[in-house]
Amino acid sequence: MRTDLARWQFAFTSVNHFLFVPVTIGLAVLTALLQTAWYRRKQPEYLRLTRFFGTLLVINVAIGVVTGLVQEFEFGMNWSSYSRLVGNIFGAPLAMEGLAAFFLESTFLGLWLFGWDKLSPRVHLLTIWLVAFGSMLSAAFIMAANSWMQHPVGYVMVHGSPQLTDIWALFTNPVFVWSYAKVVLAALVTGASVMLAVSAWQLRRGGDRAVFGRSARLALVVLVPAILFAMLVGDELGVIEAKYQPMKIAAAEAQWTTCQPCSFSLIQIGGGNNDQKPTQILAIPHLLSLLATNHWNGKVIGMNPLQAQYAAKYGPGYYVPNVFIQYWGMRVMAYLAVIVVLVGLWGLWLSRRRKLAISKRFLWVATWLVVLPFLINTAGWLLTESGRQPWIVQGIMLTKNGLSPSVSTAELWISVLVFVVLYGALGTIDLILMLRYARKELPPAPPPADADRPVPAMLY
Amino acid sequence: MAFVPLWFILITILWTGFFVLEGFDLGVGMLHGVVGRDEAGRRAVINTIGPLWDGNEVWLIVAGAAIFAAFPGWYATWFSGFYLAFVLLLVALIFRGVSFEYRGKSPTRRWRRTWSRLLASASLVVPLLIGIALGDLLHGTPIGANQEYTGNFGNLFQPYAILTGVMLVAICVVHGATFIAMKTTGVVRDRAWRAARRAAPVTVLLVLAFVAWTHVTAGGGAFLNPVELLACITIIAAAFLVRDRRDGWAFTATTVTIAVCIVTLFVDLYPRVMVSSTNPAYSLTVHNTASPPYTLKVMTVVALVLLPFVLGYQAWTYYVFRRRISDQQFRPAARRAATAVPVAQAAPAPGARPAAQRHGWVLPRGWRRPRGPRT
Repeated sequence: MRTDLARWQFAFTSVNHFLFVPVTIGLAVLTALLQTAWYRRKQPEYLRLTRFFGTLLVINVAIGVVTGLVQEFEFGMNWSSYSRLVGNIFGAPLAMEGLAAFFLESTFLGLWLFGWDKLSPRVHLLTIWLVAFGSMLSAAFIMAANSWMQHPVGYVMVHGSPQLTDIWALFTNPVFVWSYAKVVLAALVTGASVMLAVSAWQLRRGGDRAVFGRSARLALVVLVPAILFAMLVGDELGVIEAKYQPMKIAAAEAQWTTCQPCSFSLIQIGGGNNDQKPTQILAIPHLLSLLATNHWNGKVIGMNPLQAQYAAKYGPGYYVPNVFIQYWGMRVMAYLAVIVVLVGLWGLWLSRRRKLAISKRFLWVATWLVVLPFLINTAGWLLTESGRQPWIVQGIMLTKNGLSPSVSTAELWISVLVFVVLYGALGTIDLILMLRYARKELPPAPPPADADRPVPAMLY
Repeated sequence: MAFVPLWFILITILWTGFFVLEGFDLGVGMLHGVVGRDEAGRRAVINTIGPLWDGNEVWLIVAGAAIFAAFPGWYATWFSGFYLAFVLLLVALIFRGVSFEYRGKSPTRRWRRTWSRLLASASLVVPLLIGIALGDLLHGTPIGANQEYTGNFGNLFQPYAILTGVMLVAICVVHGATFIAMKTTGVVRDRAWRAARRAAPVTVLLVLAFVAWTHVTAGGGAFLNPVELLACITIIAAAFLVRDRRDGWAFTATTVTIAVCIVTLFVDLYPRVMVSSTNPAYSLTVHNTASPPYTLKVMTVVALVLLPFVLGYQAWTYYVFRRRISDQQFRPAARRAATAVPVAQAAPAPGARPAAQRHGWVLPRGWRRPRGPRT
């Protein structure tokens, strides 16, 4: 019960946190690009866009930061045995994240917001790039920490507890390299989708085509390569995980027995941990082999042999993750990504024919497309984190052993309820504010006579 | 093995940095309603810390993460043992963080009043709870032989811990008020001085009481150590400087006082990090909670390389935003010409909806039917 509550709480707060993080990273990069365009070309449209999307960015940053605070505290509050055991390894990238990235990000965000009329345009442009860089850097450290839980490296066991011996190993961990690339690309996809959706909505409602046509195009130019690369990186990540966490990949295909070559089922009926014979519909031959091993005839070990192997190695226990979450997490992620690719290509094609701003159908679809990256991100994280279960650190510590001994069930219930209510309220407010500011009309362009006057700061 | 004490010092520096910097942000948050009085004044007060508070709060995050990396055992016992207190602290930190950003995002008075109240109360709860949590470290809580907390939520509210919390709240108020006085002009500055002067005597008493009790708790003997003595001197000096309205010096004095109070607590704590009231032998110390030397060595290199940069660009931020702020900047130009108009009857801000709709802030604009011609 306590394990379930603590796990549920961590999943809830992390999924919520990761709704805001990719928007922050993605929009920071895109806003920086817009401001760079303004700096280079001095067209007022880009300045208006920078301010417009900058406002959306800060609404998001606020809640991204505070939900991140919860994440940091939770390791100690709910998972104290875990923190005690691996803090000397896992805590290091977290502390580095604060020192290297959080200071940078938040200090320069303040400088950017309030420094419009106090810094030279060049220095001011640098501040937004440092915000974008800081947010990406923070993702690097937290992904290094997370990847260590998926595939521990750079440590030795001393009296049953892991001790860090090589900090570089954490940052050259293949799981880290590929999953970090994937997170950055996913953030760009999410940010670009938000920008595309807002621009499309504005264009549908008669927004200035000279302005929002530009941002829609920029969003598409970022979105399509980012999602394509994300899929390629995801494929490679699958191969790496098949190597280090074979159970995760076997569960993602609901593959109970070893196969060679292996097919990939598009949909199945039934399945789950108690149904080893689900009805698979439309199996594509060889595809799983390709995805999991990069070889046409690759071999994928099934969950039953893996279970026997783990039980022999780690002692009796059930080492199979939730197969339902794995199977559908994988498919939701992949199928929705394909939809994003198709819509993105459609948009680029329209853009080439100069019809982007007037195609009502596309603008409607592009507005609603914004939902998909959030579902993709959530599905991806469930796949990654649920797939590691029952381990909290693969092969080193079981999740149920990582709990805080001194925290009672009642205390866990209280914190779960507090966070659900609070996140529900704040999420709603954030959404309302985002919608309201996304639907605002752009302030009129300043008259040409004022062009040389400094731009006012974005005060509270 | 010099890394272990070094990391205790670094963590002391991080907590001190947090309270010195975020201390005035918290004070400003608590006071912005009183000192600001009307909307223009409140905005002037909040904007004194607008570009700074977010970077200052990171000191807390880094202090927490540094304990995690350098003293995992301390982090684990502290955060899990004081569970509900940390839940409350998180709630307060969340409200404070978003209220800065959200407060100005809707023109209705009710919206702003709600966020203002949340900002003020959260700014009070944060130093109170952190103070209680820090005070408990030194005064001792039930901790068993296996380093696990064995007490309950009520055990945290012991008199010494509460005094530490209240003292920190009080000193944040004075620190924040002198900061506002240093960063504003006109009526806002005047009101900040009056707030500082009103809070100063109580704060002096609280700091003296805290120093005395800390000295006794730590079993320090008949004489105060230099750090404790310094705290007594600077807080009294601060009170006089506040009376004389010497803004730069008063702020320096409150800065030193806060720093010295935190340092006192950590100095008296060392080498323990969490005192066990069950049995002194069960106390957590820097040695029985520290990470292995390799981790500490890596983190030392990282911290010593990065901290100077952080201090550099944060100092530069303070330089960029060195100018004083006036509430007049936040009054619409038309009204600035005719200052006779009382602010309470101020015209609605540009973009405000008619009074009949003003309370409908729950629904965003254009929620039902977006306006504007379709294309």
